[in-house]
Amino acid sequence: MTSTYKVAIVGSGPAGLSAAARAAQLGMYHILLEKTDHLSDTIFRYQKGKHVMATPSQLVLRSDFDFDAGKREKILQTWNDQAASQNVQVRYRSEVTAISGSPGAFTLKLADGESINAEAVILAIGTQGNPNLMRCPGGDLPHVEYQLDDPTAILDEHITVIGAGDAGIENALGLAADPEQRNVVTIVNRSSDFSRAKDANVKALTSAAEEGRITILTETSTNRIEPEHIVLDTRDGELRIPCNRIIARMGSAPPRGFVESCGIEFSSKDREAFPILSPVFESTAPGIFVIGALAGYPLIKHCMNQGYDVVEFINGNTNLKPADEPILETKFSKLPGNRSVDEWLDVLRTEIEILRDLTPLQMREFTLDSDVSFVRKGDVIFDRGAPGSSLFNVASGGVHVQVNPSDPSIVVPIGTGAMFGEVGLISGRKRGATVVAAEDSILMEIPRNSALKLIATVPAVKRAVTRVSIERQLLQLFKAGLSPSDIAEVVESAETISVRAGESIIAEGDESYDIYVIRVGSMVVERTIAGKTVFISYLPAGSYVGEMALIEGGRRTASVRAAVKSEVIKLNGDAFRSLLDRNSALLERLKIDMATRKDVNAHIETMKSTFSDVADMYSSVASFLVENGIGEATDVLLIDERLCVGCDNCEKACADSHDGLSRLDREAGKTYAHLHVPTSCRHCEHPHCMADCPPNAIHRGMDGEVFIDDTCIGCGNCQRGCPYGVIRMDKVPPKKPPLLNWLLFGSGPGPGEPNAKWAKKHGNPEAPKKAIKCDMCAGIEGGPSCVRACPTGAAIRISPEQFLSVSHMQKGS
Amino acid sequence: MAFLARNKAAKRAGPSSHVSFLKYADYRWLKIASGFSALTILIYALIDVEPRHSGNSWYGYTLGTIGAILILWLALLGWRKRSIKPGQWTLKSWVSAHVWLGLSLIIVVTLHGAFQFGWNVHTLAYVLMMIVILSGIYGICAYTILPKQLSSNRGDMTQVEMLDNLRSIDRQLHDATQPLSTELANIIGASLNDDPFSGSILARLKNQYPSCPTQYAFETVGAASRSKASDNADDIVRAAQLLSRKVTALANIRRHLQLKAQLEIWLYFHVPVTFALIAALTAHVVSVFFYW
Ligand SMILES: Cc1cc2nc3c(=O)[nH]c(=O)nc-3n(C[C@H](O)[C@H](O)[C@H](O)COP(=O)(O)OP(=O)(O)OC[C@H]3O[C@@H](n4cnc5c(N)ncnc54)[C@H](O)[C@@H]3O)c2cc1C
Ligand code: HEM
Ligand code: SF4
Ligand code: SF4
Ligand code: SF4
Repeated sequence: MTSTYKVAIVGSGPAGLSAAARAAQLGMYHILLEKTDHLSDTIFRYQKGKHVMATPSQLVLRSDFDFDAGKREKILQTWNDQAASQNVQVRYRSEVTAISGSPGAFTLKLADGESINAEAVILAIGTQGNPNLMRCPGGDLPHVEYQLDDPTAILDEHITVIGAGDAGIENALGLAADPEQRNVVTIVNRSSDFSRAKDANVKALTSAAEEGRITILTETSTNRIEPEHIVLDTRDGELRIPCNRIIARMGSAPPRGFVESCGIEFSSKDREAFPILSPVFESTAPGIFVIGALAGYPLIKHCMNQGYDVVEFINGNTNLKPADEPILETKFSKLPGNRSVDEWLDVLRTEIEILRDLTPLQMREFTLDSDVSFVRKGDVIFDRGAPGSSLFNVASGGVHVQVNPSDPSIVVPIGTGAMFGEVGLISGRKRGATVVAAEDSILMEIPRNSALKLIATVPAVKRAVTRVSIERQLLQLFKAGLSPSDIAEVVESAETISVRAGESIIAEGDESYDIYVIRVGSMVVERTIAGKTVFISYLPAGSYVGEMALIEGGRRTASVRAAVKSEVIKLNGDAFRSLLDRNSALLERLKIDMATRKDVNAHIETMKSTFSDVADMYSSVASFLVENGIGEATDVLLIDERLCVGCDNCEKACADSHDGLSRLDREAGKTYAHLHVPTSCRHCEHPHCMADCPPNAIHRGMDGEVFIDDTCIGCGNCQRGCPYGVIRMDKVPPKKPPLLNWLLFGSGPGPGEPNAKWAKKHGNPEAPKKAIKCDMCAGIEGGPSCVRACPTGAAIRISPEQFLSVSHMQKGS
Repeated sequence: MAFLARNKAAKRAGPSSHVSFLKYADYRWLKIASGFSALTILIYALIDVEPRHSGNSWYGYTLGTIGAILILWLALLGWRKRSIKPGQWTLKSWVSAHVWLGLSLIIVVTLHGAFQFGWNVHTLAYVLMMIVILSGIYGICAYTILPKQLSSNRGDMTQVEMLDNLRSIDRQLHDATQPLSTELANIIGASLNDDPFSGSILARLKNQYPSCPTQYAFETVGAASRSKASDNADDIVRAAQLLSRKVTALANIRRHLQLKAQLEIWLYFHVPVTFALIAALTAHVVSVFFYW
């Protein structure tokens, strides 16, 4: 191929399509390269009939293609029609495997061996990436597949599914669901358990295997693939079984490798990082532009707007204002000083320390997510003990941090340019001190997700936050009138260490005497008494441990291990000792803490010798709870099954106070010693569900609850992300008649979640499914309905540190 | 100023306390109810009413009014349990007061009637009330004893999972039946057609199912598997093994259903008789005022 396109667009998702449409409108000589044989593969692969949402609603769509909330089918149809009518040049089955060259002369190599020449390249390949491939001999045979669209369409086959994550298990179950299909299904797992998959899937798989519908091969890998057979390496040697189709579900590799091979740099090594871009979406490889989900904008509307904008930029339009300009305008309108959006952005960027290295594009993005406000002298920004995990920055003015709860006049000033609130951001715990505006100020509040993204993408921010947060955390933790200069040496010696769940930081009998501050996650303290491991206490993020050996000398008297994946700050013992030598008040404080801890130890020890059963029980209940993820919970629903009569009033109450859908499943979940952890949200410190929500709809609210707002687009990412299976995807049922009508005349389905039949008959069949989860009954006077509605007191909602305290355990038993 | 507004959010109730409804607030309602009962007995013993204690003395009227109001309030629990409105209430505290104040009715109402019984609407109301109270006493016994057993029996399984498990064994049993003789197949077929929810309320409460087809199949097929005569012995053994698993699974779910029935059965007396009681109480009050 000799002709050179003005622009080659790679990937036909909403971003690429919109770019191609603009190029077509402008009469640019263009080509749209798509890997698959249809447009917009990510959306194509949504489940049939999915309701696609058009958020954020305040953002205007700027594209030559139409897009509005609606069914997947309708949207794809519209785009197919418009691609044809607007003369968009698409080349299907054209996976781009390499891009080389320089502005004006790029060569794109395709998987089929052809190549394409273009002056500029737009990369819009999304984040789906490529599935991990079968690397064994025969892995390239045509009956090896990486996706299963319709399991019901496969009949009378021997099928081997490789990989026992959720995707693999769901495929295997689908293939074996109907005995009429007469499929012989085998699932192959490399390890001995199914730790990567959800509990419900594993249960379903095991029962299917018991019924003989599926064969499970664990500790097995593929040796080679033959046209009608597959040869497996099992623990007992080679196994050759008939096989007409192989479905390999071994995860996928993110597209980062390919993108980097084109010469495009990412902002950091972190997994969350995105390519570094200029305000016109140009990457560090001049002439190659990046837009859409790959650039960090996962919403369809953003993608389409960027497609339009980038082509305008490439075509030389320099006056184009981004589509989000009006949103920023309203954001800044309440601030004093009558500045334009660009001026404000510039002020924020130059004044606020951690924003200085941002590109104007990133600056816009973070400002869109953030809150900028003007506060008057004396206004309280947040209170000690309030939940909150956003990061504040002072753009002008300053604030006072009241470090001593009993004396508000003792304050640490924070001036223009500096940040505060970072401890809550990192630990996920409640605010440690009250902060008040010291003068009229302008503050920028960056929400947790954006702040984390900022830390992940800009290395300088990461360093600054780490240093400041360690220093402040120590000041807050040890109070005792310390000043930053007192602890400078200790901070210098500090080392942040990540600890895997179950890993120990201190082992009983060791001779070390360093001090550890728990920054993220939580730890359990255990001792060996009479040959048995006894649980001593639970340490949430924000506490410290290790002072006994330092103050009293001698070996470690207990072991400390991580309850969940955690991060600790290790403070050098010698540096800390010299701090103690200089500061007797601090030593006193530590001694008081130590005395309380010793009391607990002694108490448990006597309990152990006199009421051995009680102590064992305490220990084993604590371990059970920690195993069930309570270590990362902030608030968890527990049911004392010595009291629960199984009336399900808790579930009914939840449904009745929340749109008719229950957010808890009382019976499901694990039980130990009659203590039951039902399937209900634990409001994790660092919620896994938040990690990958395209519209950023999951937040931590004012009561510490993790909740989902109405911008949820129903993609199901949070449901897949939550390790405790507490999120359900469902549509809101219609409103029921009032309770009195049911009590007197029996009209409607009665209290609790209406049955599916009633909901279907009276409901709107078009209503979209959304993610539904517990919001801790935030905003409901009296608190959690599930707890209030329990007639016997079996249901309680409690934070782990309260429940795992010795005093509580004694009362309970 | 989003974050300033947020600070003004309503304060929520602290963490929920971990005590049962009987012990709620350190036995507050037990103390109140027993104090109140003792007081009524004391006054009853001390005062002198002419010609003798009865429902229509001033003291009788007082106790009667208190009793009637109490009964109406006790009946309101049925509404409270289902009306999940915001507010600083817990059903646990209501049930605690319900139970202890309800028990004090025995004394209050007996003293109100001053031990005068007869074949009339007044005594009818009294008897109905005692039925409600007795069923309530059964209720708290059940609520105290049975939950632990329910919990131990189900382990980590939910009712739906128990049924799924049974169904999964049934499916395997169905396949295992194919190679067997018609006679054995019919016996197992009867087990397959048996619904674990069938059987009378009484059978469920007692957990006794004398003519259980699964038990019968288990015994017959088990016996057949031990006499190694037939030529498809392996198939019979497989069916027998599955039946043995089914017997265990069935016993598990039947015990579950038994406990649930025992936990609920009393409400089928407690609530309907409450309605009858309110009707009788109305008749009692009306007759006293109009015909006396
Ligand atoms: C289940 C689900 C539901 C969602 N629901 C919504 C919703 O309701 N509303 C919303 O706004 N967002 C939603 N999203 C997010 C949204 O779909 C994506 O973020 C968006 O599609 C990203 O668009 P894109 O153009 O950047 O990339 P994609 O849509 O991912 O498109 C990339 C295209 O590039 C092709 N491609 C990849 N690599 C190559 C290559 N090397 N050569 C050639 N072509 C290549 C792919 O085949 C694909 O067609 C949802 C996401 C999921 C997973
Ligand atoms: C005349 C007196 C009483 C009346 C009118 C009365 C009425 C009621 C009513 C209407 C309910 C609601 C049931 C439902 O809707 O599910 C109820 C529940 C209950 N009653 Fe009574 N009751 C009385 C006395 C008692 C006594 C004396 C006891 C105990 C000793 C008792 C124990 C209970 C319990 C434990 C419940 C709660 C059941 C649950 O919610 O699970 N009641 N009662
Ligand atoms: S939904 Fe799951 S991941 Fe999210 S906070 Fe609740 S328990 Fe944690
Ligand atoms: S706290 Fe509220 S939302 Fe959460 S499970 Fe209980 S009733 Fe449902
Ligand atoms: S309301 Fe209480 S007693 Fe009833 S099912 Fe729920 S936890 Fe058990």
